[in-house]
Amino acid sequence: MVPSEIDREGDLESPVSRDLCLRAFRWMILARVLDDKLASLYRGGKIHGGVFLGRGQEALSAAAGVSLRRSDVFAPLIRDLAGRLGFGETVLDVVRTYLGSALGPMRGRDGNVHRGRPRQGLLPMISHLGAMISVANGILLARRLKGVTDSVGIASIGDGATSTGSFHEALNQAAVERLPLVLVVANNQYAYSTGNERQFACRALIDRAPGYGVEGCTVDGTSLVECLSAIGQAVARAREGRGPQMIEARLLRLCGHGEHDDAGYVNAELKAGAIGRDCLKLAEEFLRGRNLASPQQIGQWRREAQATVEQAVAQVQREPGPDPYAEEWCALSGRKLADPAQV
Amino acid sequence: MSVTYLEAIREAQARALAEDSRVFIYGQDVGAFGGAFKATKNLAREFPGRVMDAPISEDAIVGLGVGAALEGLRPILEMQFADFSTVGFNQIVNQAATLFWRTGVPCPITIRLPCGGTSGSGPFHSQNLETIYSHYPGLVVMAPATVEDAYSMLLAAIAIDDPVIFCEHKLLYYHLKAESLPAEALPVGKARLAREGRDLTIVAYSAMVHEALAVAAQLATEDVEVEVVDLRTVKPLDTDTVIASVARTGRLLAVGESWPWGGVTAEVVSRVAAEGFNLLDAPPVRLNSRDTPVPFHPSLWKAHRPTAESIANAARKLLRQ
Repeated sequence: MVPSEIDREGDLESPVSRDLCLRAFRWMILARVLDDKLASLYRGGKIHGGVFLGRGQEALSAAAGVSLRRSDVFAPLIRDLAGRLGFGETVLDVVRTYLGSALGPMRGRDGNVHRGRPRQGLLPMISHLGAMISVANGILLARRLKGVTDSVGIASIGDGATSTGSFHEALNQAAVERLPLVLVVANNQYAYSTGNERQFACRALIDRAPGYGVEGCTVDGTSLVECLSAIGQAVARAREGRGPQMIEARLLRLCGHGEHDDAGYVNAELKAGAIGRDCLKLAEEFLRGRNLASPQQIGQWRREAQATVEQAVAQVQREPGPDPYAEEWCALSGRKLADPAQV
Repeated sequence: MSVTYLEAIREAQARALAEDSRVFIYGQDVGAFGGAFKATKNLAREFPGRVMDAPISEDAIVGLGVGAALEGLRPILEMQFADFSTVGFNQIVNQAATLFWRTGVPCPITIRLPCGGTSGSGPFHSQNLETIYSHYPGLVVMAPATVEDAYSMLLAAIAIDDPVIFCEHKLLYYHLKAESLPAEALPVGKARLAREGRDLTIVAYSAMVHEALAVAAQLATEDVEVEVVDLRTVKPLDTDTVIASVARTGRLLAVGESWPWGGVTAEVVSRVAAEGFNLLDAPPVRLNSRDTPVPFHPSLWKAHRPTAESIANAARKLLRQ
């Protein structure tokens, strides 16, 4: 008999439903397949600008995506493909933005990970780290002012972003306003090439949570069920009105900062250790070991993901890029306010 | 009954709060205290829950405003002093100003910047920053010079779907008075002819309009007719009105209170030179503050920014050319 709830070794604080686990796992597969395809296109010279993968962080990211409702808010960062997909971003939006299709949400005006659909609660990150947290705060505060009280926002950042002033200002702000914000910190040990020992001096990043007056917990970022349990619980607490929640997930980035980076600086011991395990493999082993999904089923999901990705890439490669002669070149929505020097 | 420039700003916010449920105010000390300059006096009491004190976090103040705008609200964000907006600079120029262009979703936020020096305020409570914000695409930058404009332009700023940097001059807060609040106003982006003349055009904005008007009055006694153009918004810049004025006078003096490298006055001179070179009877002249931080001591402060005296000297020199 297949259990409907998973409580691994009885050590999860809140049990995870089988259905949620399998949904998250499928987004992990799709994200990995799509990331691999994007990396391949990059190496083939088919992508302008950078490619930034989420390899090794899919469990955490997918857990964030599926823990939200579509009416919630998600402010992803660069390694959140799995979470974006789980939250509702389409494969076409991803591919169109990377390939610069005029039909994508950013229409060639912005690229790669800088994409979103703000009206659907998916925020388009700017490159300045930590800057999206207060924007998520603003949406949550506005909803409260409008009388919408059951919304939650997840903002995703890395270990490096915790060093920014924006992170500090926004987490403090969320705590002062007691906003339903879940801050998910993917501590992947490196901010580009800079290791944690040059990034912060506190014992653990999660030690900062009580300093801001927010609840916090750490989680093994390589374990899908643990991520689902921790984020699910944090989201539930935020929705109940317990204020901001912070999660520090410990994991390792299993790729370069971007595909231009061979990540030769990553410590070999970390790679060989528990933190360096591939969350996707671990999740597959776990699901198979518990008879939650058969190898055949998993193989089928992977083939479906590959077909989806190949079809999207084939379609987008035939789409037009932006036309500089048709471009309005106006950064204001009120076009009559455009400065005459620019039009 | 009369109303000051500061009261006009307060009244515009009160009216916006009363007429539009999407409007709220967020900033340091703006709540029960009523703001460092009392621009939000009693508003927290009159509009409970909609005038909120913020922590000293300009970055997060602007970021929160952008998020609220995405959610359909119309935030008014008060920077306690324009100088402190540099802490929120990233959110203003990279988040708010790029949002519409990147996503097609407008970002209707109004950021109030109490600008300009008052004697004794020193380097960090005196700055005029319209130039740096005008440099970035995606922002509307206003610098009202009159009580009427402070009121009507702030209401317009709140109604505009794009981020507006509203530069209000602290020196005008208390002493500038009008009989009543205006019922109508020039459109946003249109400059105003503050005084007509035929010998020389002074283009100014914000507090410098009053220095220019004083010069015009003074030079009138010397039989010189100075035309004063009040830009009102520095971005968009009403090039047409400026060039039409230069066509009448043949001489241009552009006066601004911000620093001399680049900026609004440079833009005015550049446009007139490029588009109206043949209208000029003499090389155009710019007058700005000196290229140092704004000094603390009154004697230094008065010599740092353009004044009626220095503008008049520049005007006389230009008239001799």
